[in-house]
Amino acid sequence: MPDAMEVSFVVNAGAVQVTTHPMARLLDVLRTTLHLTGTKEGCGEGECGACGVLLDGRLVNSCLVPIGQVNGSSVTTIEGVASGEQLHAVQQAFIDCGGAQCGICTPGMVLAAAALLDLNPSPSLDQIRIGLAGNLCRCTGYMRIFEAVVTAMRIKPAS
Amino acid sequence: MPPVPAIGRAIPRREGVAKVTGRARYVDDLSLPGMLHGLTVRSPVPRGIIRAVHYGAGVPWDEITVVTAADIPGRNVVALILDDQPYLAADRINHAEEPILLLAHADKQLLEEARRLVTFDIEPLPAVFTLDDALSGAPIIWGENNLFKSYFVGRGDVDAAFADAPIVVEGVYETGAQEQLYIEPNGMLAVAGDASGVTVWGSMQCPYYIHKAIAGLFAMPLERIRVVQMETGGGFGGKEEYPSIIAGHAALLAWKSGRPVKMIYDRAEDMVATTKRHPSRTRHRTAVSRDGTLLGMDIDFMIDGGAYCTLSPVVLSRGTIHASGPYFCPNIRIRGRAVATNLPPHGAFRGFGAPQSIFALERHMDRVAAAIGLQPDELRRRNFIRPGQVSAVGQVMADRVDMDAILDRALDMADYHQKRTRFAAANVAAGRTRKGIGFATFMHGAGFTGSGEDHLASIVSVEATADGTVRVLSASTEIGQGTNTIFSQIAADALGVDVEAIEIAQPDTAVVPNSGPTVASRTCMVVGKLLETACRNLRAALTDSGHLASDGDLRQACRAYVRERGPLRASAHYQPNEAARWDDERYQGDAYGSYAWAAYVAEVTVDLVTFETRIDDFVAVQEVGRVIHPVLATGQIEGGVAQAIGWALYEDVVWREGRMANSQMTNYIMPTSVDLPPIRVHFEEVPYQHGPAGAKGIGELPMDGPAPAIANAIAHATGVDVRRVPFTPEMLAHLVEAAGA
Amino acid sequence: MRSWLAQYEMRSASDLGEALDLLSRWPGEWTPFAGGTDLMVLLEAGKLPRRRFVDLWRINELRGIAASADSVRIGALATYTDLLTDPIIAAEFPLVAAAARETGAVAIQNRGTVGGNIANASPAADLPPALLVYGAALELASSRGRRHVAYESFHFGYKRMDLAADELIVGVTLPRERRAQGERGAGWQHRETYRKVGTRRAQAISKICFAASVDLDGGVVRDIRIALGSVAPTVVRARSAEESVRNQPIGSQTIAAARLALRADISPIDDIRSTADYRLRVAGNLLEELLS
Ligand SMILES: Cc1cc2nc3c(=O)[nH]c(=O)nc-3n(C[C@H](O)[C@H](O)[C@H](O)COP(=O)(O)OP(=O)(O)OC[C@H]3O[C@@H](n4cnc5c(N)ncnc54)[C@H](O)[C@@H]3O)c2cc1C
Ligand code: FES
Ligand code: FES
Repeated sequence: MPDAMEVSFVVNAGAVQVTTHPMARLLDVLRTTLHLTGTKEGCGEGECGACGVLLDGRLVNSCLVPIGQVNGSSVTTIEGVASGEQLHAVQQAFIDCGGAQCGICTPGMVLAAAALLDLNPSPSLDQIRIGLAGNLCRCTGYMRIFEAVVTAMRIKPAS
Repeated sequence: MPPVPAIGRAIPRREGVAKVTGRARYVDDLSLPGMLHGLTVRSPVPRGIIRAVHYGAGVPWDEITVVTAADIPGRNVVALILDDQPYLAADRINHAEEPILLLAHADKQLLEEARRLVTFDIEPLPAVFTLDDALSGAPIIWGENNLFKSYFVGRGDVDAAFADAPIVVEGVYETGAQEQLYIEPNGMLAVAGDASGVTVWGSMQCPYYIHKAIAGLFAMPLERIRVVQMETGGGFGGKEEYPSIIAGHAALLAWKSGRPVKMIYDRAEDMVATTKRHPSRTRHRTAVSRDGTLLGMDIDFMIDGGAYCTLSPVVLSRGTIHASGPYFCPNIRIRGRAVATNLPPHGAFRGFGAPQSIFALERHMDRVAAAIGLQPDELRRRNFIRPGQVSAVGQVMADRVDMDAILDRALDMADYHQKRTRFAAANVAAGRTRKGIGFATFMHGAGFTGSGEDHLASIVSVEATADGTVRVLSASTEIGQGTNTIFSQIAADALGVDVEAIEIAQPDTAVVPNSGPTVASRTCMVVGKLLETACRNLRAALTDSGHLASDGDLRQACRAYVRERGPLRASAHYQPNEAARWDDERYQGDAYGSYAWAAYVAEVTVDLVTFETRIDDFVAVQEVGRVIHPVLATGQIEGGVAQAIGWALYEDVVWREGRMANSQMTNYIMPTSVDLPPIRVHFEEVPYQHGPAGAKGIGELPMDGPAPAIANAIAHATGVDVRRVPFTPEMLAHLVEAAGA
Repeated sequence: MRSWLAQYEMRSASDLGEALDLLSRWPGEWTPFAGGTDLMVLLEAGKLPRRRFVDLWRINELRGIAASADSVRIGALATYTDLLTDPIIAAEFPLVAAAARETGAVAIQNRGTVGGNIANASPAADLPPALLVYGAALELASSRGRRHVAYESFHFGYKRMDLAADELIVGVTLPRERRAQGERGAGWQHRETYRKVGTRRAQAISKICFAASVDLDGGVVRDIRIALGSVAPTVVRARSAEESVRNQPIGSQTIAAARLALRADISPIDDIRSTADYRLRVAGNLLEELLS
């Protein structure tokens, strides 16, 4: 059953077109076809959040998204979070507060934090915990990450 | 003007920008032209003899590279402590998921289909899955008696102490296996050929372990093998010894196919096939006086090593030495045994045997206290080891340890005494929840045990570059714990420059000397110390050559030297501490150069409707020598506590016929961001004379204390006696029912 | 990724008619695909037996949550996030909101759908117990027409349900009429409880899921609805337990009788996540907690 389709979408503000099986994982298209290797695979089963990207502004696990469903949509990956060399407030706060250790959860964690702050510019600690609950980190015990989100929230006042 | 010292300051993590922008390169982010993917076909049974292999129809087998044991050019053994583990099973299967053959093809998905089409005729043999069956020798599956290693250590006259003792308390404690669960699964990329030798890039803790293992596998001289560490997404011990196997497998496929081969485990394979924390069982018998003085300790500590020896003797050694904890007792006997079963080999995991034996001891100490009617902290205070006193293995404590002060600080921060009383009173009124607070006191030896460091003979080099920066050449890997950053701080201060003037070379055996493995909380204390010395040597060389005046600019001096005379490199070799004594035969002497000391307090709520335990507050106080980087150090402790809370409450490996049945993240449960309490960390700093700027090791320490502190808190809350890690709701339901609550 | 995509096929349907047409032309051949949070996990693991999928994601008719005077209709493609941001769900169907909040975490809530959760027919699914308590009805469509079934009679065995091969779930209807009965006597008390007992506090599959509503009049049970997940081959309504307490005064005897009766409603097993014994005991405790 040969099955390939043309999928057009926007990645980090640039239009792309790929020809691929519609059930190919968005994760694989990003990493392999588009060489955007900042998005990580920690489990392939939707549990760890390392593959987190924003799909039309919403946090999703790219390992669970078939590329066919991305046609016409817009995707933000970790590569698209900073503006040039200017880090996003969340990225800077992760560095300042020790939110990244081994770094493998960091891309997904940064996107989850950014998505949270977009929806809720001044979350409580509980809301931060809930907003990041789908992003597993084995290194930090999360405390530095919470601090990073609180710090980012202060750097980037509610808009 | 000398720069502000870097040590003690929270400078930004050196590779921080790369990590937050997604630019950091992990092994799966690499690809090479013409690259194939590799995968492993594994045994479906725990023990047996392979009679035949079938390659079912459905994929183009002529396009697929297949490697079996017969293809191995050198020795089919994974070089470690004993040579008992094959790279690929030739005929005998000793554990479920044992590697039998390897496949490579450019299309990863086709390869998955190929894996499904390989079937085996295997004649099953009876297998051993429990400590008891292993000890009873039914059947013998390894050596003469299913024992990888035994230790007997101790001092004094234990039998006499028990004969006269007014009170004897006994107990048996168990811990289950734990998966490291680094979020980046294992992976390697290899290139190999007769002409080019073997190069591997991958996720690892110990490049030189792999270097040695590949040399044996290919019967190749070490110079023709190159091992490069990529950014590594967590290790926790899980990338200490196992990567040697994956590197070997990828290299074999690369060698046979003549193409680069990348082998990345998916989560399920990583969980089901690679090493875990050793399950354990500890029996304590303790003789104690009515006033709470320890008179005799008789400890039997046992770990399940799985099917091959791997690092079990070393894990056993650390667990055995830590089994009597931070206490002084004149009469101690500890028997340690590592047994063989047909489970996949258990291996290195943060703490290395100590969390297991410390869980047993610290839960037991609360029971001893209860038996004589003393408060748990009182019992400990009466027995803490003090400077000048002698440990179970005969080490005279040289550390300026003050466990009383550490415990005071921890109990104070946690408001322990007040809460202990308040909760006990509140729990009497029947409600649906119970609150409790408990603690554990413990120590963790930093660095290799005994003469380990002498045998390793580690080296660190530093190199002046033409642009005036200094490059650090060490095999110590950054796996998240902060090696790059603390090395930059140590080097910067030793050289008198800014951290920006320090560059950390990527660990690559073609470039860096063997500084030993990145394990055992040794990186900062041992390798960091060598780095400090190497930097001093570099400075001295520049001074001697006349390029550096006493208040001169080091960068300028480096530039001038390199321009005029060419490369400048300085090194430091590990020098055995002359004052330290260690007897490998009798297992007596100075087990560790120094220890980290700690008291951890956990506050819990147990829900008697669902039997779930929730940790409300956690206090971690420790003395770890000088803290090089406060944020990284705090992060290490918090991360370790979180991992230990996972072990204590959630992480339960379900074994079925010797195979991990819950090898997915959906059913092997680690803590999420909503499952952890605030973790409050405090450091007492007593500089250690042999560490860089006075630092000791901290990486493993936080794994030791949480489980017993939580167990003691649950006991305080509910009155039930928890003696097995993890404390699942299912177990608590059972215990509460049995207690008639 | 353990599957070989060459063995799979997916078509995207642009409207409901197209999807139903595909399903009816080769009944049993095509399988609906919504948010993919169940299906993609199977694909990843190399355990997805069905080979041809019709993607529903672009069918706008299946989206949205709409209220009329006497009911609320949730489109099959409504996500957990949609449920969580809907004011009527929050105000009138707190058990549905609680279930959505406790399902997965943000990324799953953004993709997982109501229709997918129901049709996946996992006994451990978290939304169904809430739907059972509210007396939900399902709206099913095929090219043969539409029909409505009471949700309580939809599942009839492990992964077996009243859904033909050519049918789709298009919506779920929750009656609002119960909600309006607020004005009762002074002794009237209304309680609703949702307890998910997972292995941890987020992103967990339930070991037991318990949803209930009770109306008490002067301490006597009048209306009671209890539903549980993970304790039987399907999610279940605890009819025997309900019956045993209806019109009884709350008290230790009633509770004991209800606990006993509950044993007839559920048949928990040992599995990788928990034990039959634990599930039985905790289900009883949750019932007791409800009635205390
Ligand atoms: C990490 C993770 C966490 C999760 N946590 C939870 C949890 O806490 N609680 C919980 O209950 N579930 C949980 N799930 C499971 C899953 O997210 C839910 O069941 C979700 O609602 C499924 O919806 P979907 O649209 O993604 O389904 P899909 O995967 O698209 O489909 C699931 C099934 O439903 C069928 N189907 C879909 N739509 C229709 C329709 N309209 N008509 C007929 N059949 C249809 C499909 O054919 C398929 O068989 C979790 C999953 C993951 C990966
Ligand atoms: S890789 Fe997608 S959630 Fe883990
Ligand atoms: S930093 Fe390593 S997993 Fe989060």
